[in-house]
Amino acid sequence: MTQTPSSSGQSPKRRESAVSRFLNATELDTRLLGMVAALAMIWIGFHFFGLFKTGFGAFLTPRNLWNLSVQTASIGIMATGMVLVIVTRNIDLSVGSILGFCAIAMGMMQVHILPQYLGLGHPAIWIITVIFGMAVGTVIGALHGWLIAYLAIPAFIVTLGGLLVWRGAAFLVARGETISPVDSTFALLGGGPYGAVGAMGSWIVGLIGCAAVIYMIIAGRRKRKTFGIPQRPVWAEYFLSALGCGVIVGAVLLVNSYYWPRGIVRAYAAENNIEIPEGGLFISHGFAIPVLILLGVGIGMTILMNRTRFGRYVFAIGGNPEAAKLAGINTRWMTVKIFALMGLLTGLSSVVASARLGSATNALGTLDELYVIAAAVIGGTSLAGGVGTIYGAILGAFVMQSLQTGMVLVGFDAAMQQIVVGSVLVLAVYLDNQYRRASK
Amino acid sequence: MSNSEQKTPLVVLRNISISFGGIKAVDDVSLDLYPGEVVGLLGHNGAGKSTLIKILSGAYEADSGEIWINGEKAEINSPRDARDYNIETIYQTLALADNLDAASNLFLGRELVSRLGTVDDARMEAETRKIMARLNPNFKKLKEPVSALSGGQRQSVAIARAVYFNAKILIMDEPTAALGVHETAMVADLIKELKAQGLGIFLISHDTREMMELCDRVSVMKNGQLVGTERVEDVTEDDILSMIILGKNPKREAA
Repeated sequence: MTQTPSSSGQSPKRRESAVSRFLNATELDTRLLGMVAALAMIWIGFHFFGLFKTGFGAFLTPRNLWNLSVQTASIGIMATGMVLVIVTRNIDLSVGSILGFCAIAMGMMQVHILPQYLGLGHPAIWIITVIFGMAVGTVIGALHGWLIAYLAIPAFIVTLGGLLVWRGAAFLVARGETISPVDSTFALLGGGPYGAVGAMGSWIVGLIGCAAVIYMIIAGRRKRKTFGIPQRPVWAEYFLSALGCGVIVGAVLLVNSYYWPRGIVRAYAAENNIEIPEGGLFISHGFAIPVLILLGVGIGMTILMNRTRFGRYVFAIGGNPEAAKLAGINTRWMTVKIFALMGLLTGLSSVVASARLGSATNALGTLDELYVIAAAVIGGTSLAGGVGTIYGAILGAFVMQSLQTGMVLVGFDAAMQQIVVGSVLVLAVYLDNQYRRASK
Repeated sequence: MSNSEQKTPLVVLRNISISFGGIKAVDDVSLDLYPGEVVGLLGHNGAGKSTLIKILSGAYEADSGEIWINGEKAEINSPRDARDYNIETIYQTLALADNLDAASNLFLGRELVSRLGTVDDARMEAETRKIMARLNPNFKKLKEPVSALSGGQRQSVAIARAVYFNAKILIMDEPTAALGVHETAMVADLIKELKAQGLGIFLISHDTREMMELCDRVSVMKNGQLVGTERVEDVTEDDILSMIILGKNPKREAA
C-alpha cells in the first residue's frame, strides 16, 4: 500500500498487452523486476567481461556469489534501517563511524575486559559482547535522534558531527590499536567455512522458506475472500508459489555447491579423525551466518514497516509530518526511536563486520555511510520522504556490492571503482525519477 | 435552536489567548457551542479563526484561557487529548499523508489491529469501503495513495475520518473550499444530517451566504479579537460583512 503505485487499477477498457496483463494478474512490483534485471545484467556483464579478458569468468561461480552474499550482509543490515531514516526525511551520515566505534567497544569488551572475569574462551563472552555492541549502537542512535527531534538540530548536521566524533572516539578508546583476536564463537558471526550452516542446515532454512511462501499465498487468498477483495487468478498464485520456492531452492543449491577449501577440510578431518576418501572430501558451506542474520533482519524490518503501527507512522511522517502530528502521532519520539533502531542495526552490522575481519580496528566501516545511503536510494527510497521498501534496500546493497566485487574480479583499480560506483548512484537516481514520472 | 440555552453547552471556550512572537493571534476570545448546533466562524485571512480552533483540536496550546467540555473543565494538550473528548477536525489543508491510501489515512493514529497487534489492513479497507459508500458513492480508488485522488475525493477522505469515529464535536475548517458545486451540496447535506444527530459543529468559511444557510449562530473575528456572535435570523448578510470588514455590527452600534 505504501510502496510505489502498482501497475493495477488501470482502466479496463484499454487494450493491455500480454506483459501488462501478466503483471496485473501476479501483482508483481515492476520496480522489483527492474532491479532484478539490473542485478542480472551486472552479474552476466562482469562474468563475460572476465571470460573474454582473461579466459575465465569468475563472477557466476558458487564461490564468488557466496562471498558476495557475505560481503553484502553488513551494508544490507544497515541499509534496512536507513530506509526508515530517509523515509522520514532525515539522513544518517554517521553509521560508518558508529560501526567503527561499536567494533572497538566490542573488541575491548571481549579481548580486554570479559576474559579477566570469565576466563578466556568462556561461552558467554560472545553473547555479552554482541548485546553490548548493539546496546552501544542503540544509545548513540538515540542520542542523535534526541538532538534532532528535541533540540531541532538538522539530522544532516547532527550525523555529520557524529561522523567525526565517533571515528575520533574509536581511535581514543583503543589508542589507535587493532584489537584482536576476537572470541572464536564471535568470529563465526562473520561467516567463513565454520561460520556457515552447512548443507543440511541450508535445506532446513530453504524448506521453512518455501513453507512460508506457500502459507502467505494461501493466507492472502483467505483474507481477500473474507473481505471481498478481488482475487488473483489461480494460475498467478501457482506461478508466484513456484517462483518463490524456485528462488529459495536455487539459493540453497548454490550455497551448497560451494565446498570448503581443501586445507580447511584437511584440518577439520584431522581434528575429527575422519578418513578423507579418495577423490576428496566435499563439505558444503551452506548459508553463511551473516547472510542468515541479514535475512532475519530483512524479514523483521519488513514486518515492522508494513504490519505495525510503528511502520505506518514512519510512512505517515514521511508523507506529511504535519498531518502525522495532527493525527496524534508523537513525531519527536518517533524520530528518537527511528535513530535508535538505526543505531541498533549499526551495532549488529558492526558485529558482522568485525567478526568477519577477526579483529576490531578504528577504521572499520569507513565510507560505509555512503554505501548504505546509496543502497537505500538505489533500492527506491525517495530522498523526498514517504517512499521506500526494505527489500529494495537489500537489493540495492547487492547491486552496490556486485559492482564492487565485479570490478575487483576484472581488475579495475581503486580509482576506477570509485568513479563507477559514484556514477552508478547518480544514474540510478535519475532512472528512479523517470520511473516515478512514468508511473504517475 | 430556541431551547439550546437550557442545555449544558457542549463546548465553552473562555478567554482564550495565544501569541506567536509577540503578535496576539487570538486575543481573549470566548465562544460556546451547543449540541445540535452549527456555529460559524467568519473573518479575514489571519483573523485568528484557524488558530482558535487549532487550540480546541489540540494542535496548539493556549497561553491562557479555559476549555470546558460538557460542563467540565478539559485539559487539551495534544490532538490525542482532543480525540479523547470526541472532538474531530477537518483541517483546511486536509492533513492527509499523500503517500498513504485512503484507509491508512482514515485510521491514522487509530489503526485497527489484529489479535497479534499487527495493523489489519483488510479490515480497515472494508470499513473504509463502507463509510465511503455512504459519503461519496463514486469513491473507488481505495488502493491508491491519496495523492492520486481529486480534490473532492481527498476532501471526502478527510470528512470520513471525522465522521467515522463518532465525533460529538466537529470542527470543519473551510470544508468546501476545494469542491465543485455538486460536492459542496453534498457537504451541506452532511452538515445538516450530523446536526440532526445532535453533533455540535464549528464551521469556518468565507462564503457568507453558505454560512447564513447552514449556521445557527455566527461569530466574527478580526485581528485576533471576537467582534461579536449573532443568531443568523437576527442579522443580514450585509451586517455580517460590515462586522468582518469594519469590525463592528452596525445594528448594535445604532441601538
